[in-house]
Amino acid sequence: MGRRPSVAPSNFALWLYSRPQAGWDAQVACPHRHGPDEPGHDDAGAPSPCPNRPAVCCNAVDGPRRLLQPRPVFYRKKHLLAIEGLEPPAISQLLDLAESYVLLNRSGKTQRDLLRGRTLINLFFEDSTRTRTSFELAGKRLGADVINMSVSTSSVNKGETLIDTAATLNAMHCDLLVVRHDQSGAPNLLAQIVDAAVINAGDGTHEHPTQALLDALTIKRRKGRIAGLTVAICGDVTHSRVARSNIHLLTTMGCQVRVVGPPTLIPAGVADLGVSVFHDMAAGLDGVDVVMTLRLQRERMARGLVPSAREYFRFYGLDHEKLARARPDAIVMHPGPMNRGVEIDSAVADDPAHSVIKEQVEMGVAVRMAVLDILSRGQGRNEP
Amino acid sequence: MNPDTLFSGVRILGAGVDLVGDLLVRDGLIADFGPALGRPDGATRIEATGAILCPGLVDMRAALGEPGFEYRETIASAAQAAAAGGITTLAALPDTQPAIDDPALVHLLRTRGEETGSLTILPYGAVTKGCRGEELAELGLLREAGAVAFTDGSRAIGPARMMRLALSYARGFGARIVQHPEEPSLAAGGSATESEQATRLGLPGIPAAAEAMMVARDIKLVQLTGGAVHFAHVSTGEAVALIRQAKDAGLAVTCDTAPPYFDLNETSIGEFRTYAKLSPPLRKEHDRKAVAAALADGTVDAVASDHQPRDVDDKRLPFALASAGGSGLATLLAVTLAHVHNGTIPLPAAIELLTAKPAALLGISAGRIARGAVADLCLFEPDRIWKVEAGSLPGKAQNTPFDGRALEGVVLGTWKRGRRVFG
Repeated sequence: MGRRPSVAPSNFALWLYSRPQAGWDAQVACPHRHGPDEPGHDDAGAPSPCPNRPAVCCNAVDGPRRLLQPRPVFYRKKHLLAIEGLEPPAISQLLDLAESYVLLNRSGKTQRDLLRGRTLINLFFEDSTRTRTSFELAGKRLGADVINMSVSTSSVNKGETLIDTAATLNAMHCDLLVVRHDQSGAPNLLAQIVDAAVINAGDGTHEHPTQALLDALTIKRRKGRIAGLTVAICGDVTHSRVARSNIHLLTTMGCQVRVVGPPTLIPAGVADLGVSVFHDMAAGLDGVDVVMTLRLQRERMARGLVPSAREYFRFYGLDHEKLARARPDAIVMHPGPMNRGVEIDSAVADDPAHSVIKEQVEMGVAVRMAVLDILSRGQGRNEP
Repeated sequence: MNPDTLFSGVRILGAGVDLVGDLLVRDGLIADFGPALGRPDGATRIEATGAILCPGLVDMRAALGEPGFEYRETIASAAQAAAAGGITTLAALPDTQPAIDDPALVHLLRTRGEETGSLTILPYGAVTKGCRGEELAELGLLREAGAVAFTDGSRAIGPARMMRLALSYARGFGARIVQHPEEPSLAAGGSATESEQATRLGLPGIPAAAEAMMVARDIKLVQLTGGAVHFAHVSTGEAVALIRQAKDAGLAVTCDTAPPYFDLNETSIGEFRTYAKLSPPLRKEHDRKAVAAALADGTVDAVASDHQPRDVDDKRLPFALASAGGSGLATLLAVTLAHVHNGTIPLPAAIELLTAKPAALLGISAGRIARGAVADLCLFEPDRIWKVEAGSLPGKAQNTPFDGRALEGVVLGTWKRGRRVFG
């Protein structure tokens, strides 16, 4: 596999400046002195490991890093509350940095000094095993003290719990606060109260920014680029924060985005976000590069938005027959956890020719490491 | 006995009155007014060249925290805010705790208003017991006790059968039913107007059609029963159009709106600003324009504050969980004036929408400049600039959706029965 530019050539300068810090350090400090144009930077799952890969060959993190001047940072916000409003350079920088963490993780090395002495609190008001674990692992790999807090939302006054918990955490001087909540905007509210950098790990039906970043990283590594791809987001868009974050990220990065689902699960005005709407899945998948399936929660059926699981699967479940309309090299993604036989057929979910669902999980840890890294550099920034 | 008060050199503005001159208040009544009056001995003289003297504002829709929600607003604090906003008469919503569904509670509210000395409180009676929408309250007895009209407050009278019954029965007592026009099953769970913005924020939406549907239904029921309906705080172009049609057809249909609906649109929510969470929700810009146009063409019969006091704990919540409603007493006049300044509506028409017109709807004699009328007066400077700041508004409720809005128009003084109660 040859070298593949990660962004369009016209954006080369931008790309150069948005290289991850580890990569930058490596370019300066690495005895092999390789630039981005030379071989050695293809890390999109290349079979033969690159001898010059920064994280492997340069000990970039432990040694020379501290001696170097700070690099330009395009992600200038204090928190990560949403993808909406992020500019392409900021997203590229997060993705590039995450990519370097993929390599670091695969190399088996860790970087335990980066967040040493910092406290990361996983504050989960909604059950989630995978996202919480992913953040926990990301924090631990960077050396942070990680604490998990699960707060029951079954108590009568959820809001009081939220504010009070925030005040408590603030008093503990936590540095990074990862929040999941079943209400849209809850992390924004917390960000107004706490001093810590707040990372939205999913809020109601609003956004799930790290999921969109890990999806983008998965796409970028599989497809070699993001811009110019056609992506179909299928299923319950109305109730999906994953869909919203992905719509913002992918349209910002130059994708053609389609949303596919029954009219009852497509929210009002979604076309104004720059996507095209399809209610016929076959037409929606025609010629796409990426198929993202969304989880259909059982309670949606209880509320009558969809009459039954079998009807949903018949028209909107992703099976090989429907997938045949997509490009032959199309990849299939799912944020998990899957309802097999509802939104996705097991045969597709487990098909190594298309499914990248397991890779998404791996990217999740790397993306979250990148986010923690960037935000910890920006402690003290004021821009929300 | 209060000393006489003489306003001199002011622009006197009321329904049918617009002149620059003097106005004399004696024994709590407007004794005389005209281009130049004599100077009676011992009169307190108020000279305010360039200022406007109008009747004290009549706010036909405001919620008081009392009884039941004193942590949000008490009658005393509401009276303070009202006086600062130039309001001297206020119709209070009945969806309190307990609801105003008993004649004794109507008496209580009227009396509590008298006790403030600055504010006449006109209670609405509940249409249904406890405002629960299940069985009709004692409309006749409530009316007799002094309820000015009937409403379930912020709750729509949902079932068509119940609304038919209410319109029909209230007609026997010559009373209006004031409806919160929103189809409840369509609005259930919603917290912002259904739109691209709500979709982006991940907030469940309330479609504009929920208002139009209720308006259309109730107009049909007015035709069926011969009753009279008043639609409160209309917020959409569709609803306004239906009301305009019904009025043209000569039906007993009236409506009011509130400053947020002709001054703000959904973008005020920004990033989950719960102070901009109102019921009905702030709408899209084209709806705001339609409501402003309806002010100008006379479709809207009154501008009311739609004051809904909330405290910090009601509002400092994730958006969908936060309580809907904005405080509005202190900003009623100035926000309306903003639409005089921007040319939407002439000043005399704006003053009528705040005084004589709501008074006529409520069936009271207030809100007029006339010899012998009660001297409830508001003196304001139309061009002086101020900025709305939540936290420094008069009264207890600081939950203004206009936080940060620069406005022109400052109340210099408010007089209740000839006695200065503000300024």
